[in-house]
Amino acid sequence: MLRALAVLAVGATFSVALSAATIAAEPAKLVKYEIKDGNSIPKSLTGKPGDAKKGREAAIHRKKGNCLACHTLPIPEQSFHGDVGPDLKGVADRYSEGEIRLRLVNSKVVNEDTIMPAFYKTDGLNRVMKKFKGKTILSAQDVEDIVAYLMTLK
Amino acid sequence: MRKLYIASLLIGGMALGSTASQAEDKDWGAYKVGDKLSGYTYATKETRAIQDDDFENPAQIWVDQAEGNWSSVEGEAGKSCESCHNAASDSMKGVATRYPVLNKNKAAMVNVEQQINFCRTSQMKAKAWKWESAELLGMTAFVKLQSRGMPVNVKIDGPVTPYYEKGKAFYYERRGQLDMACKHCHEDNPGKYARANLLSQGQSNGFPTYRLKWQKIGSLHRRFRGCNKNIRAQPFAYGAPEYVNLELYLNSRGQGLPVETPSVRN
Ligand code: HEC
Ligand code: HEC
Ligand code: HEC
Repeated sequence: MLRALAVLAVGATFSVALSAATIAAEPAKLVKYEIKDGNSIPKSLTGKPGDAKKGREAAIHRKKGNCLACHTLPIPEQSFHGDVGPDLKGVADRYSEGEIRLRLVNSKVVNEDTIMPAFYKTDGLNRVMKKFKGKTILSAQDVEDIVAYLMTLK
Repeated sequence: MRKLYIASLLIGGMALGSTASQAEDKDWGAYKVGDKLSGYTYATKETRAIQDDDFENPAQIWVDQAEGNWSSVEGEAGKSCESCHNAASDSMKGVATRYPVLNKNKAAMVNVEQQINFCRTSQMKAKAWKWESAELLGMTAFVKLQSRGMPVNVKIDGPVTPYYEKGKAFYYERRGQLDMACKHCHEDNPGKYARANLLSQGQSNGFPTYRLKWQKIGSLHRRFRGCNKNIRAQPFAYGAPEYVNLELYLNSRGQGLPVETPSVRN
C-alpha cells in the first residue's frame, strides 16, 4: 500500500504520515519521513547528522547493517566482502545524502524487485519471526550513522 | 579419525573460501543440464572430492546404518522393509526421481520421508521415525541412493498442478524481516558471494546432504528452515504441506539434473 503510493507519488512530495492504515499497524516509534521526487529523503530521521565512526561499525555488524553480506566497502580489516550489490566505494560521488538515506530506509521505492532489505520499515512484511515482529532492522540513529559513514566514501 | 579429517578440511575450506569452482569454467558433465547447475558445481574442490569418493563421504555412515535397518523386523506386523520390497536396488530404483507424488487419497503430496513413515505406521505397525533422526535421514538417503545418477523427473500435470503452483508461488514470495524470496538469492544471484558464501541455484537433487557446517547429514526441509530463518522469517514445520509443495517445485525446476544423494556441501 505504502509502496504503491510512494511509487505513484514520484515527482511529488509524499508524506508517510498521509497513510493512516500504515500508521495504525506500526508501533508509534517509527519516525515519519518525506520522500522527495520518489528518489530521496532529504531530512535526517533524527533531526541531526549521524556519527560516521559509529556508522562504519553498524555497517559491519552482522546483526545490524551487515552491508558486507552484499557490498564491498573500503573496510580492509574485514575479509570476504559480498558482491551481490555494487561496490560502495565512491558512493557519495554518485548519490546525494538524501538519495542514500532513501536507499537505506526502503530501497524498494527505487527498485521494487531489489534483494536489498528495507532497513527502516515494518509494514507490508510476511511471516516475520516473532522476535523481530514490528521492529525495524536498523534504528533511526543507525540509519543516520550509516548515511554519515557512506557520505565519507568519496 | 574420520571426524578429525573432516574438521581439518572444514578449516581448510574456509581459508580457501574462494577457490570455488564456478570460476573454473570447466566441463561439469552430468552436473550441468542446460542452464541448470547442481550445487556440486558451486562447492569447493575439496568438498567435491569428498563427495566423489564413497569411502570418504561421511554420509555413508548413515546410509550403512539404514541398509541394516532395511532388513530388520520392527513393529506389530512383524515385518521389515525387505519383507515387502525385497532388494532395495530393484524396488527403490527411480523412486527419488519421481517424488513427491500425490498420496493415496489424492489429498496431499508426499515426499520420500513421509512415504517411509507411512509404510512404518500402516504396513509395519511400527512408530514413525522423527524428522532429522539418524534413522529417517539414513533411510531416505539409502532409498534415494538407489536412483543415483538418474535424472530428476517429477510429474506436475493433471491433479498435481495445483500443488506445483503453490510451491512456485512460495518460491517467489517475499518473507521475513529481510523481506526476500528464494528467487532473490538462488535465481537472481547464483555465482555471487554473500560474504564468504558462494550462492548456488539452490537445487534439491543432492538431499539428504552431508553439510560440513552441520557436521551431519540433513534433510531438504532442514535447509528450507535454515534459508527461512536467515532472513528472519518464521520457518514451517518439517514435512509441512508448504515445504512438500516447495520441494515439488524445486525438483521440477531442477528437472534433468542427476539424483546425487548423498551429496556433500560446504
Ligand atoms: C541482500 C543484499 C544487500 C544488502 C544486505 C545490502 N544491500 Fe545495498 N544494494 C544491494 C543491491 C543488489 C543493490 C543494487 C541496486 C538494487 O538492487 O536496487 C544495492 C544498492 C545499494 C546502494 C546504491 C548504490 C549504487 O551504486 O547504486 C547503496 C547506497 C546501498 N546499497 C547501501 C547499502 C548499505 C549501507 C547496506 C547495509 C546497511 C546495504 N546496502 C545492504 C544489495 C544489498
Ligand atoms: C539470503 C539469501 C538466501 C535466500 C533468500 C534463500 N537461500 Fe537458500 N541458500 C543460501 C545460501 C547462502 C546457501 C548455501 C550456499 C548455496 O548453495 O547457495 C543456500 C542453500 C540452499 C540449498 C542447498 C543447495 C545445495 O546444492 O545443497 C537449497 C535447496 C536452498 N538454499 C533453497 C532455498 C529455498 C527454497 C529458499 C526460499 C524458501 C531459499 N533457499 C532462500 C541463501 C539463501
Ligand atoms: C507390509 C508391506 C510393506 C512394508 C513392510 C514396507 N512397505 Fe513400503 N510400500 C508398501 C506398499 C504396498 C507400497 C506401495 C503402495 C503405497 O503407497 O502404500 C509401498 C511403497 C513404498 C515406497 C514408494 C515406492 C514407489 O515406487 O512409489 C517407498 C519409498 C517405501 N515403500 C519404503 C519403505 C521402507 C523404507 C520400508 C521399511 C521402513 C517399507 N517401505 C516397508 C508396502 C510395504
